[in-house]
Amino acid sequence: MKKLTNFILTLVLGITFSMFLPWWAVMLAGFISGAIVRLRKAAVFFVPFLAIALFWIVNAWLLSNPNDFILARKIATLFFLNGNVVLLLLITGLLGGIAAGVAAVFGNQCRLMMGKENR
Amino acid sequence: MKLLKFLLSFLLALSVFLALNTKIDPLPPLGKFLSPNQGIWLNDVSEDNTEELSIKGLSAPVKVHYDKHLIPHVFAQNNLDLYRSQGYITAKHRLWQMEFQTHASAGRLSEIVGSAALDYDRSQRRKGMLFGAEKALENMQKDPEILGYLKAYRDGINSYIESLSPSKYPVEYKLLDYAPEPWTLKKTALLLMYMTDMLAGYETDLEFTNFINNYGRERFDFLFPDFFDANDPVIPAETDWSDWEVTVPDTPEGDFPMDYITDVLHKPNPDNGSNNWAVGPDKSYSGNAILANDPHLQLNLPSIWYVMQLATPEKNTFGATLPGALGIVIGFNNHISWGVTNATRDVRDWYKIKFKDEKREEYWHDNQWKPTTKRVEEIVIRGRETFYDTVVYTHHGPVSYDTSFKGNGQKMGYAMQWTGHLGGNNQRTLIELNGARNYHEYEAALVHFVAPAQNFVFSSRDGDIALWIQGRFPNKWKGQGKFLMDGTNPEHDWQGWIPQAHNAHVKNPERGFVSSANQHPVDKSYPYYVFNDGYEMYRNRVINDFFRSKKKFTIQDFKDLHNNNYNLKAAELLPHMLKVMPTDGLSEEELAYLNDAKAWNFYNNTDSKGASVWEAWWSKLNRMVWDELRADTLAMVPPFTYQTINLLKNFPDDPFMDRVNTPEIETATDLFVASFKEGVKELNTWKERLGNYNWGDVKATYVGHLLQALPAFSRFNLPIGGNSGIVNATSRNHGPSWRMIVEMSDPPKALGVYPGGQSGNPGSKYYDDLVDIWAAGEYLELQFMQSTENPTGVLFTQTLNPKQ
Repeated sequence: MKKLTNFILTLVLGITFSMFLPWWAVMLAGFISGAIVRLRKAAVFFVPFLAIALFWIVNAWLLSNPNDFILARKIATLFFLNGNVVLLLLITGLLGGIAAGVAAVFGNQCRLMMGKENR
Repeated sequence: MKLLKFLLSFLLALSVFLALNTKIDPLPPLGKFLSPNQGIWLNDVSEDNTEELSIKGLSAPVKVHYDKHLIPHVFAQNNLDLYRSQGYITAKHRLWQMEFQTHASAGRLSEIVGSAALDYDRSQRRKGMLFGAEKALENMQKDPEILGYLKAYRDGINSYIESLSPSKYPVEYKLLDYAPEPWTLKKTALLLMYMTDMLAGYETDLEFTNFINNYGRERFDFLFPDFFDANDPVIPAETDWSDWEVTVPDTPEGDFPMDYITDVLHKPNPDNGSNNWAVGPDKSYSGNAILANDPHLQLNLPSIWYVMQLATPEKNTFGATLPGALGIVIGFNNHISWGVTNATRDVRDWYKIKFKDEKREEYWHDNQWKPTTKRVEEIVIRGRETFYDTVVYTHHGPVSYDTSFKGNGQKMGYAMQWTGHLGGNNQRTLIELNGARNYHEYEAALVHFVAPAQNFVFSSRDGDIALWIQGRFPNKWKGQGKFLMDGTNPEHDWQGWIPQAHNAHVKNPERGFVSSANQHPVDKSYPYYVFNDGYEMYRNRVINDFFRSKKKFTIQDFKDLHNNNYNLKAAELLPHMLKVMPTDGLSEEELAYLNDAKAWNFYNNTDSKGASVWEAWWSKLNRMVWDELRADTLAMVPPFTYQTINLLKNFPDDPFMDRVNTPEIETATDLFVASFKEGVKELNTWKERLGNYNWGDVKATYVGHLLQALPAFSRFNLPIGGNSGIVNATSRNHGPSWRMIVEMSDPPKALGVYPGGQSGNPGSKYYDDLVDIWAAGEYLELQFMQSTENPTGVLFTQTLNPKQ
């Protein structure tokens, strides 16, 4: 249940912050949800990772699809991905996810430092 | 433990943030670059077709109809609104390119790409590019009308830049992680200097000086004659100049400095050139004059040209613009059409400067020490300390070569004198041409044009055709400016100018056509001194022979001539080679290639095998003839192709035929054999790599993105014939950058195409949609809208409203 809460919170915060903050909006989202919603072990990282990876991949796809991925294909060539747009989307998701995930780990540690739910 | 985990997680988050937010060469900052709210995904858009935009400073609404190739047809109520809109619309499609080219001109690439560009930037500064741009700006500022337009254009560009959030920056900014800066009047001047250097920056004075030092004056004069016998000049040879009163300065006594120069400034591509021609009513199928132009430049994306229609109630002009400059550069209106080719005249000379001491504050001239001025050039380098370069100026111009740059001595240097530093008012010429209605207005418009000297072809609805070779030309004494000159001797200074009225020109010649292809401007009868500084000898003769060949010409004839692949150079040498070369020592394989050459019709078509054999053979042969010059440590250039061929045919025992790295003494015939065998080796590697050796595949023409032809943003292996020296002058990465044909009917009918697209965004389908049309030798029918009402063929219409 907490996983779902964290997932939804990260997603909502990520989408909201991205409207007016630079790319690191997703780090802030990960940080806050990590600080508020307590998760354990690997989930601390992977739940916000999945939320933001999904957000970035879907968002990128929605932007590029109406233009037939013309630029995405060229950037995928530039990055030696052989013009493979799917790989470029996955890398995009991976980077966004990692950024949110590590911020969430830090948020989690902050919460622990504050010593609130210490038992 | 808690604290440690806290610190570690903080450091991890921080380092991930830094790694994704910082540019780590060669990668862009990946988080920024790939994020959907800031990165490149937002650039994956073909065109923004918002119906209403508001722009500061407009006095009335401006209608812009975009046609299916995204050519904007701009209808404004007055000139100020027109040029403001031109600035805005051009920036909207070409912002990154506009800024990049002016940075390149100003020697500011190190700011973007780091120290790799430092040597290039220093060269630009030491050529006085900024100095010249500042002079041009001074001149334009004295002209209130032009100044007003330039400011409107600038403000239009800046309105667009201000409307951009970083997330909307063109993709190249994101890739290199920097931001656009505001446009300035100086940037327009810098763009014009960029063109001036590209077109009037080629000379070989220092190389010629080395040649004389090595081989003597007699050999030089033989190998580099002022005129060739087959000269077919821009201005018809039968032109009579005898009623001019002409004074040419006397050639001074004394010698040229005999210096040895090993390292010279990088030169613009000698293939930068063009074709243009016009037929008058008598030679036109319809009785309307017809005009054509195709400027040959490096083939880049985004293209150097941006096509527009610019209309107000007073004038209506269509054609190719240079992003960064006002108005149409090559185009037409309802009354006239015009085009340009490079005049290729020698307007850049070098003087040896003698400094008093190592401080370089005084130099010897006219028997006295005169003060120099110094200009400190500040070159900002990305990620490094700023580099300061002090450039010394004399009355000639900048001392480009001195102890700190390619020079050879503390107390001496070489100063450049260049018409590019005079600072003309070229924008006035263009603006006046945009609105010109007849020959007289064309003639009056040209007067302001200083450099780069151009052959301005002209035709009108009235049925006039004309061609002026326009620029400001020093009135040189015989021999002046061919070699390094003596900077202490005032007689070596430029002595004055050829009067404007004496610039060579022709109007409505009897032969019924005018043409230019960068060949010699005149024949020997022209009373001013002009020497052969690398003039074209082949395209011009093919063009002129074509127009002499029949009575009437159609649009189709014009298209065919643009796409004509006839290789006159080969036709003048290959039969001789095949005749005199012994074939007994050739292998089966070599004989097979030789048969391709024998069967060849001299057309460099894409499917031609003979063309590939010739090109491989000729390039090896040319290198073998002039191997002496290449092997030397001094900077030298080989004689022009026409003379090389003359030597091979008529002076087969010339000492240059010998190859320095063989013990034997070779003759031309020996070179034919040796170069053929070398050529075959090259053809074999092509055959291995491509599976064939058809000329189109071997040549593999490409259009490269301005950033060193980034493969992802460039187009490769275009199926197009031709080569340098052929009317279809398409070589590997150089050729017709804009092809235009205009018939002066009422209204004019026009065709145009260029190897690129209207959008500068690699993510747009309009980025390169014209490339294939161009490569196929086809054209767009340019829709010359006569009014803003009921336009046809419109993709979408945008209204630019005054911002309240």
